[in-house]
Amino acid sequence: MKAPDFDYLRPANLDAALAMLAEHDGNAVPLAGGQSLMPMMNFRVAAPEVLIDLADVAELRGITRNGDHVRIGAMTRYVQLSKDPIILADVPLIGMALPHIAHDAIRNRGTIGGSLALADPAAEMPALMLALDAAIEVVGANGTRLIKADNFFLSYFETVLEKDELITAVVIPTASNTQSFGFCELTQRHGDYALAGVAVSRTDAKYRIAFFGVADRAVRVAALEDTVGDDLEKALAHLDEIEFTDDGKANAATRQRLAGVALTRALEEMTS
Amino acid sequence: MTGPAHIFDKPNRYIGKSSPRADAARLLQGRGKFVDDVTLPRMVHAAFLRSPFAHATITAIDTAEAKDAPGVIAIYTGHDLTDHVTPYVGVLTHLKGLRSAPQHPLAVDVARWQGEPVVMVIATSRALAEDACELVEVDYEELPAVVDTETALDADTPVIHPEFGNNLAWERDVVAGDIDAAFAASGVQVIDREFRFGRHTGVTLESRGTLCDFDPSENELTVYYSGQAPHMMQVIFATHLDLPEENVRVISNDVGGSFGIKIHTYGDEIATAAAAKLLKRPVKFIADRFESFVTDIHARDHVIKARIGVTNDGDIVGIDLDDLTGVGPFSMYPRTSAIECNQILNLTGAPYNLDNYRAKGRVVFQNKTLMCQYRGVGHPIAMAVADGLLDDAARAIGMDPVAVRHLNLMADDSYPRASATGMKLDDLSHQKALTKLTDIMDYKGLREKQTEDRKNGIYRGIGFVSMVEVTNPSPMFYGVGGASIASQDGATVRLDAGGALHVASSITEQGQGTNAILAQIAAGVFGVALNRVKVTTGDTKTTPYGGGTWASRGAGIGGEAMLQAAQALKDQVLAVAAVMLQTSADKLDIQDGAVTDPDGTLRLPLADLARTVYYRGNELPNDLNPELIATRHYRVTDFPFVFTNGAMAAHVEVDTATGFIKVLHFWAVEDCGRVINPLLVDEQIRGGVVQGIGGALYEECQYSEDGQMLNATMADYMVPMASEMPDITVAHIETPTKTSVLGAKGAGEAGTGGAPAAILNAVNDALSPLNASIWQMPMTPERVLNAIDAAK
Ligand SMILES: Cc1cc2nc3c(=O)[nH]c(=O)nc-3n(C[C@H](O)[C@H](O)[C@H](O)COP(=O)(O)OP(=O)(O)OC[C@H]3O[C@@H](n4cnc5c(N)ncnc54)[C@H](O)[C@@H]3O)c2cc1C
Repeated sequence: MKAPDFDYLRPANLDAALAMLAEHDGNAVPLAGGQSLMPMMNFRVAAPEVLIDLADVAELRGITRNGDHVRIGAMTRYVQLSKDPIILADVPLIGMALPHIAHDAIRNRGTIGGSLALADPAAEMPALMLALDAAIEVVGANGTRLIKADNFFLSYFETVLEKDELITAVVIPTASNTQSFGFCELTQRHGDYALAGVAVSRTDAKYRIAFFGVADRAVRVAALEDTVGDDLEKALAHLDEIEFTDDGKANAATRQRLAGVALTRALEEMTS
Repeated sequence: MTGPAHIFDKPNRYIGKSSPRADAARLLQGRGKFVDDVTLPRMVHAAFLRSPFAHATITAIDTAEAKDAPGVIAIYTGHDLTDHVTPYVGVLTHLKGLRSAPQHPLAVDVARWQGEPVVMVIATSRALAEDACELVEVDYEELPAVVDTETALDADTPVIHPEFGNNLAWERDVVAGDIDAAFAASGVQVIDREFRFGRHTGVTLESRGTLCDFDPSENELTVYYSGQAPHMMQVIFATHLDLPEENVRVISNDVGGSFGIKIHTYGDEIATAAAAKLLKRPVKFIADRFESFVTDIHARDHVIKARIGVTNDGDIVGIDLDDLTGVGPFSMYPRTSAIECNQILNLTGAPYNLDNYRAKGRVVFQNKTLMCQYRGVGHPIAMAVADGLLDDAARAIGMDPVAVRHLNLMADDSYPRASATGMKLDDLSHQKALTKLTDIMDYKGLREKQTEDRKNGIYRGIGFVSMVEVTNPSPMFYGVGGASIASQDGATVRLDAGGALHVASSITEQGQGTNAILAQIAAGVFGVALNRVKVTTGDTKTTPYGGGTWASRGAGIGGEAMLQAAQALKDQVLAVAAVMLQTSADKLDIQDGAVTDPDGTLRLPLADLARTVYYRGNELPNDLNPELIATRHYRVTDFPFVFTNGAMAAHVEVDTATGFIKVLHFWAVEDCGRVINPLLVDEQIRGGVVQGIGGALYEECQYSEDGQMLNATMADYMVPMASEMPDITVAHIETPTKTSVLGAKGAGEAGTGGAPAAILNAVNDALSPLNASIWQMPMTPERVLNAIDAAK
């Protein structure tokens, strides 16, 4: 379990990073917290020729509030999110989810941009972005794109991100007084990836509900969101629309059932 | 056996004291020296290309490109090593009928499990060796794999070793009394259950590792070996690499956990030694986690159909069981893979008065990782079957699980005696242990609370187990069957010129505190302060000959040898002191580093005595020949093994919506005879319980239908983690064994042996209002939900 040989580059700013990505034309990958990439390399599942470490790229750091949005730099680490007053006040859903993401050692290094770029279907961050109606800011040779989270994730570890693009930030609407949030994750051991989890945001009577750990990516079900305010039981029937994962930890039927339990519990917490 | 009373009640005795382990500070400061910390001049590294298939013919291997890769020193295939390593076969004569095929360190022509080493690459770094592995081309023709134990013996299932005609490795029947008649008697209820125990493994913090250093000038092989039986490995390396036994030195220091994993013959380790011998330079192999999961021995994997018969008053009339287990494509060498099944046949129901017993065991070959002895060997299964059935029966007749145990457990004054299967039992305390258990857990209070909780839809359960543990094995365990595995152990105690003790023992330290208890025994029995004892273990060149630490034997056997050696040295020192002080030895004692009068009055510091002996022998009479070193050996003689007993209870809550199980609290009352260090024994029990909970709730090696292990990473294979573990309350009953002066029995495996049964019973108690029950481990959320659904 030793990574194959690779080159290591450490650009000082965003332009340099993008230039390096372009120069290596698909053979280089960005390195953020390394909490997923390094294990994959050690397993020889990933074998990039070049690593471009984003640690020194100042443009990718920082959490700011601009009017009704909060902007989180891609290289912001979980541990920074967990202590940031803007996040705790204006994006409370992130604060609710963080304790469920792995363990301290991983939260010290793992980044929000890394998690979104990886697009692990069991990860929390992609689902949070869906529930929060966030946009993902992406920069590449062709300039900057702002992509709705709803359009960003394609499948298992697959996003719309091009090889020469970097995630630079996420942009999230600040929480308003009329909003409330719910979160529930079912794991047998604390810090594990979810058997089923859900992130909920409610604005007046409108819900955005994103499930994770249940399918090939974080998913919302429109019909479920539309009915859940009136009739939970009926809403849960719409879980049928998800193609649930079937693996050694739980089969599809169990996952569907657990997704229903997670949502029920998240909603109970919101009203209690 | 009895010894001088003052061994245990002297002022500066250490036996029975909770002294912290001396090596804890060293290990916590990162000063441990595990195999991977050792670097030798000219050292190179081994990496293995392993079979991606569970069963395949190897039709061609092309190493040409890999040979030219950067850093590559040598490449070996199975055929390359057949001239240098003799094959090994994992059978023992006392396991009658057990068969297995010759095994080679690297697969020869056929690969029989996913992960079997096929090609070894030696390079200047592990990374380069792994790079070169990717350039080796192996052509396989996939063969149908035998995966499912339940069809392994079917006529149309392919046979893994055609010469055997079928996939049966071993079978045994045990019959006592007349079970059919007992079950047919009027007023007897018979409960029938099918138990399934998943395959799991012992995940050691330090993975397997060997560093083999061959010196051609002396024809000597030195092996830094992460393992628990150095002398056994010495014989194995010598025998199969054609070296004189005395020319092989095995060093096992430090060892980061073992649990029975590191006590077997692994092809990659033997191949590493062969490479060192062929290349005449040091070769290191450290298993990575993937390699650990697909090559470290697995354990359990049993399907057991079992019945218990009870009268309406709760008397057990008999137990009948049929065990089927799969052990991989070979029986593991040299301990064999039939022991777990054998233990189940021997131990099921052993705590209880039982006249009628019938057990059938079948061990089959399959194309999965080899199985062998992991912490608890058979105990968790035997206990879960007997006590699972017993609680089920108690529910059926409306009896309390504690009452039904008190009724059926052997009486504390009924020993010595035999179990239904003929096991010799002595010095056990089942009744006392159960009483103490229900006291410390406040059983009555818990039951009252349980009833309250149920009204609120909270499903909590209380589960018990009364258990025995096989410890301190005699030669009847392995030696009798022809294995070169020592059942006796030795200890040497030497008085230094400065008045300190240097002690050496053939038992080993793999994290449980062996060295600490050896020092305690030596210091207390001889009479010096604990910090004046230096301990050497884990080196075939510098310690007496012996078995090592496994089967909960270290403290009981190695500890007794140390006690005897320390006592012998004390007698020798006092003989010298008597001459020097012109008195008689029986008027002297050794206390706190000095020869004293019996009342403790200082007569002669040990350093003064030793310096006189070592430096100024001219001051001593010519006919006095002082021996300031003593060695003693000890083995268990009157019994095949020394049984311990315990009673444990679990309190769990089942989330009936998710199937999740939370263990709220665990209690263990253990009788391991004399407790040498309560701190260490309690941690052994706790660690064991945690591994037991792992088997009950989390751990399972999952395989696909074609024999691929699906969860061979730490992310997918779930070990128990601290945040989910309950508080574990430990209490003791001390019934010393009469087989030794020390009186210590083993304690290392009790928790693992007992916990699964207690958890199973607690879960089924919690589910009982739903009329649901579960009989499969691990009890995953999905299985719990299925059990609840099945009752609807
Ligand atoms: C034991 C363990 C447990 C874990 N448990 C959880 C868990 O419960 N939930 C969870 O969500 N995660 C979990 N993780 C994963 C962890 O959260 C990772 O940190 C995260 O998924 C990836 O973030 P990273 O910064 O480490 O990214 P890296 O590992 O550095 O990179 C991941 C991928 O993203 C790419 N990438 C990184 N940054 C950018 C960027 N700015 N633009 C474009 N591409 C980029 C990389 O090239 C790589 O392909 C766990 C990890 C471990 C080791």
